[in-house]
Amino acid sequence: MLYITAIAVIGGLFVLLAALLLAAERYLVRYGVCTVRINAGSTVFKVQGGGALLAALINNKIFIPSACGGKGSCGYCKVTVTVGGGPVLPTETAFLSRADVRSGVRLACQVKIKQDMEIGIPEALLNAKQYRSRVASVVTLTRDIKQLDFDLLDPTEIEQRPGQYVQIQAPSPEGPVFRAYSISSPSYEKNRIQLNVRLVPGGVASTYLHGLKEGDEVLFTGPYGEFRLSEDAQREIVCVGGGCGMAPMRNIIYSLYHQWPERSCWLFFGCRTTKDIFYLDDYRMLAKRHPSFKIVYALSDPLAADETWDGETGFIHLAVDKFLAPGVKRQAFLCGPPPMIEAVMDVLKNKGLTDTDIFYDKF
Amino acid sequence: MNPTPLWVIFVGSLFTNNILLASLLGMCSFLVCSSKVDTALGLSAAVVFVMTCTTALNYLIYYFVLIPLQLEFLSFVVFISVIAAFVQFVEMFVERFSPKLYYALGIFLPLITVNCAILGAVLFMVIRKYNFVQSATFGFSAGLGWGLAILLMAGLREKMGYSNVPVPLRGVGILMLVTGVIAMTFMGFAGMLNVQ
Repeated sequence: MLYITAIAVIGGLFVLLAALLLAAERYLVRYGVCTVRINAGSTVFKVQGGGALLAALINNKIFIPSACGGKGSCGYCKVTVTVGGGPVLPTETAFLSRADVRSGVRLACQVKIKQDMEIGIPEALLNAKQYRSRVASVVTLTRDIKQLDFDLLDPTEIEQRPGQYVQIQAPSPEGPVFRAYSISSPSYEKNRIQLNVRLVPGGVASTYLHGLKEGDEVLFTGPYGEFRLSEDAQREIVCVGGGCGMAPMRNIIYSLYHQWPERSCWLFFGCRTTKDIFYLDDYRMLAKRHPSFKIVYALSDPLAADETWDGETGFIHLAVDKFLAPGVKRQAFLCGPPPMIEAVMDVLKNKGLTDTDIFYDKF
Repeated sequence: MNPTPLWVIFVGSLFTNNILLASLLGMCSFLVCSSKVDTALGLSAAVVFVMTCTTALNYLIYYFVLIPLQLEFLSFVVFISVIAAFVQFVEMFVERFSPKLYYALGIFLPLITVNCAILGAVLFMVIRKYNFVQSATFGFSAGLGWGLAILLMAGLREKMGYSNVPVPLRGVGILMLVTGVIAMTFMGFAGMLNVQ
């Protein structure tokens, strides 16, 4: 008897509280239809108020980047809100500089639409589209990295700059999640994209991508990213990658030699063991055709008994320090784990590069 | 029935039995939200309000529903769900009718749900067998006491921004030390009143 009353009381209480909250929501949280104007009216849409700005933008085919799926933990979904955003929330402050706050930059996933809004989105992001694609091939590169090629189905062409990334939409029990992957195919190949995907244990998107077979359809949005290759043909390019930070480098290098066959370029790539080496033969072929392309792979772990290696050893920033002469006009692209990026940044700054010459992507 | 007069409950929860400094409840938001006096003030206001209302609400539920049905063992579950629902309700209400206050409180409003000082106050009310008026007073003054402590801390932290803290102590280390010192000063009030 006691148990029945207990269950009845708990059940009754919960139903009562839920009913009260629903009633409160019905009568208190009503914002009506709000108008969102983007870039001074170049795009206008109406949306039922109360939801997050990011969701409204995606529903209206404006695919601004968001790697965390609206949890406020990646800081990619920045837009400028000029009217109707309310004050900056504590969840956003970690991602906004003081200059950002002054100019009204906000995280779209945290801003709720409660009134008519005026927002600004960089034109480049408005160009991002949603693509439907089909897996054309899957190649295993190392024990945990796969190379995936996708043929574009709709739209059939993509305009990307070397070093940009796309956001793969991966299914998960809590709805689709978006994860960023750099495009490794060169920018002149407009009908396909290629990605290098490292399997992260427990990772939603990498597990999904590693499980794909030829012919499977995949949705992604893009391209995004601030990497911008210098148009100055005299400027030497330095690419430094570690782990699976090869994808943007591959795109940069092949696009570079497509446009400037004589341009000087260094590729530094840090691996742990000989088992982690990939694409080295491809690059050696490329270097035969373009002698100004120099390749340095370095192994950070001591050699095992059955390994042979005639290249560099030690961490990659040591190799960068050893091979680059100081005082040359350069632009650098770094992609890899944060400690590597920081070590390489220090080396490059000692060689005379400034912050504006260095693009990096930490993961 | 508890014979403690209201004024003793009030002064006692502010100083001698401060819920934060004597019972060490609500430490998490105390440490995180005490970096600025403004936010500390907003959070204390929200805590005072929620604590007063939930103590009163839970009093009614405890003595008019749980006791008659001999369901005291459900009290924890019931208390915390009432607190959670109430905070949700307050959040919607404040958002609708005072957007300014809503933005001032920001994320702290929903965070109050998991502030253990709130549940602590409700449990003290049960343990000390307060009547309804005493419970409401206790809820209000315990909230005020919590606010007093976090405001003291926020003031000190704003001052500390200009002081030369030894490097190994910077961050949480010095916060814990300062909290300990404030708690010890409050121990000085201990003999003044005896709150049961």
